[in-house]
Amino acid sequence: MGLLSSRNSITRYKVSGRLDEPVHETVYRRLKQHTIPKIETEGSEATIGWTSFENPYAPDFEGYSFVFGTYMVFALRIDKKSIPPKLIQKHYSLNVSKRLTETGRHYLSGNEKKAIKEAVINTLAHRIPAVPNVYELVWDYNTGSLWFFTNLKAMNEALETLFIKSFNLQLIRLFPYTSADLLSELSDNERDFLRNLGKNRSGE
Amino acid sequence: MLDIAIAYNRYKFLGNEFLTWLWFVIETDPKQLHRHDADLVSITIGNRMVLENTRNNAKETITIKGDNAGMEEGRLALKKGAVVAEIHLSYKTGAQHFEFNLKGESLNISNLKLPETGPVETPEDLEGVVLEKIFLIEKIVGLVNRLFIHFIHLRLSNTWDHQTTSKIRKWAASN
Repeated sequence: MGLLSSRNSITRYKVSGRLDEPVHETVYRRLKQHTIPKIETEGSEATIGWTSFENPYAPDFEGYSFVFGTYMVFALRIDKKSIPPKLIQKHYSLNVSKRLTETGRHYLSGNEKKAIKEAVINTLAHRIPAVPNVYELVWDYNTGSLWFFTNLKAMNEALETLFIKSFNLQLIRLFPYTSADLLSELSDNERDFLRNLGKNRSGE
Repeated sequence: MLDIAIAYNRYKFLGNEFLTWLWFVIETDPKQLHRHDADLVSITIGNRMVLENTRNNAKETITIKGDNAGMEEGRLALKKGAVVAEIHLSYKTGAQHFEFNLKGESLNISNLKLPETGPVETPEDLEGVVLEKIFLIEKIVGLVNRLFIHFIHLRLSNTWDHQTTSKIRKWAASN
């Protein structure tokens, strides 16, 4: 699901901090630096990086193509190899049988079985292509607001990690406490009340 | 500021109370919602609601779904101490109609259906459609923010304990 989909899921963030001016040039350089690699890393289970909104399978940020009006629109891409467990089980069983025949033994030790399983996973990981998943985001730099188009926890965590690594800016997810703290302009009394409310609820 | 993971878990009850209050306002005083959107036509409960009761150290979940589902079971659950954990809303403003789910503990928006936008037929169309989509999403994000900000000030005032909770209880108990 993404910005142009018929249905959207959105996780809202507040971006904390400022970038070097000119902002679009800084973002362009950082996106390029952390673009998803075109060639899969040998044997790695997952590859992660930024990609462009218009063409997520051939990332291109030239000409500040990520700028739409006052917003920046680009995407997080995760290419992940997912080996079906039944496929692992099949190749593992075949390899165990082969080893037993070769050695003339009736059983294998735990360590041997573990080594066979690791070898099977490693071989399959080289043969199976990674599946790309693209999650778009809209960043309004002026207001420090960012929308990420998924609610998947693992993807939110991946975004937060890559974002701070790329831009050295903190992403604060907006949930009840952070919305109260960062958006609601609470008075000192209200802030104290909120703090005590949380403590009383958690039984501290 | 508190550690994010601690803050999330410690205050997720606030999001559920927010949705419970929102349901109460929609049912009893929908005109109040107009101050959060001058063009508001209506906000109504959509086709899904999830309630949670965590009293007595056990979590009970009640899901009500269906286009014409009655909310009596939901009110009954409220009477027993449940709160709304997730709500599907239908929002009409001006000539536009939106639908979305709002989850209490995270305030995440999901299954958001926006009004129709123009098609992208040429590369030149793209920027216009993107900006139109952003404009529409901003309406929902802005609405949720304004409603939550209103709620949190109410929740942190004396009015909440002295008036609002008793009104919600009374409403939940009524048929």
